[in-house]
Amino acid sequence: LPALAGAAIGLFAAALALIFFYAPTDADQGLSQRIFYFHVPIALTSYVCFGWGAWKAIVHLWKGTPTADLESYVAIHQGVIFGALTLLTGSIWAKISWGVWWAWSDDQLVLFLVLFLFYCAYFMLRFSVDPGPARANMSAVYALFGVVLIPISFLAIRLSRSFIHPVVFTSHGPQMTGTQFLTFCVALLAMLTLFATLYQLELAGKRLDARLRELRELLA
Amino acid sequence: MTPSEKYTAAAYLVVFLALLAYVLIVATKLQRLERDVAEITELVRERTAAGG
Repeated sequence: LPALAGAAIGLFAAALALIFFYAPTDADQGLSQRIFYFHVPIALTSYVCFGWGAWKAIVHLWKGTPTADLESYVAIHQGVIFGALTLLTGSIWAKISWGVWWAWSDDQLVLFLVLFLFYCAYFMLRFSVDPGPARANMSAVYALFGVVLIPISFLAIRLSRSFIHPVVFTSHGPQMTGTQFLTFCVALLAMLTLFATLYQLELAGKRLDARLRELRELLA
Repeated sequence: MTPSEKYTAAAYLVVFLALLAYVLIVATKLQRLERDVAEITELVRERTAAGG
């Protein structure tokens, strides 16, 4: 965990240095284009979190691994945090670029909001059932349903007829210069390392909490 | 500061504040866990003293 945290801090520092001192300023959007270097990696990381949560849900249902339910829950929790940040940074970018905080006509925005709300409801389901195998199974099935929305959300921007949302990654590759792409890759790596760090940190805390509860029950 | 600069700063500030909030929440939980460990240690010590 300390090595992961160190790597996340180092990569974040490198990403910020590249974003503000290395990447060129966009001719059309100006400085606000630099929001892209954090906004898109945050959005992709939230997809990774939900995907990892779904994978752990499969492991729980398939193999019955005792730790998989907790791992799925923590990944989805992280996904919701990254999802909220995606919506916030996206709204700020939309305000400066489009003049509005939100555009209901944009399929990408609406589908991401649906995905985010779907996973917010995961917690309502999870905490409305008493802890035990039934709760773990229900949560796992729900997490698996949500993962279907990820490719739809990701592809919406490419399938949509209204091209209000900018498309950077097309079938012809990334639509940016080499320096911009390098900056983006470092920012994405920083965000994924941050997710790995927070995921391990939250898991360690939850496991410690569970062991202490068990110890307290044994002593009672 | 131009509007573009303000909004860019706001976007990065949001991410920074979210991270800060997360660290604060983790620190609070850590404090609670430390209290729990201290409580359990005290309980074990009392029992050991009573048993011995």
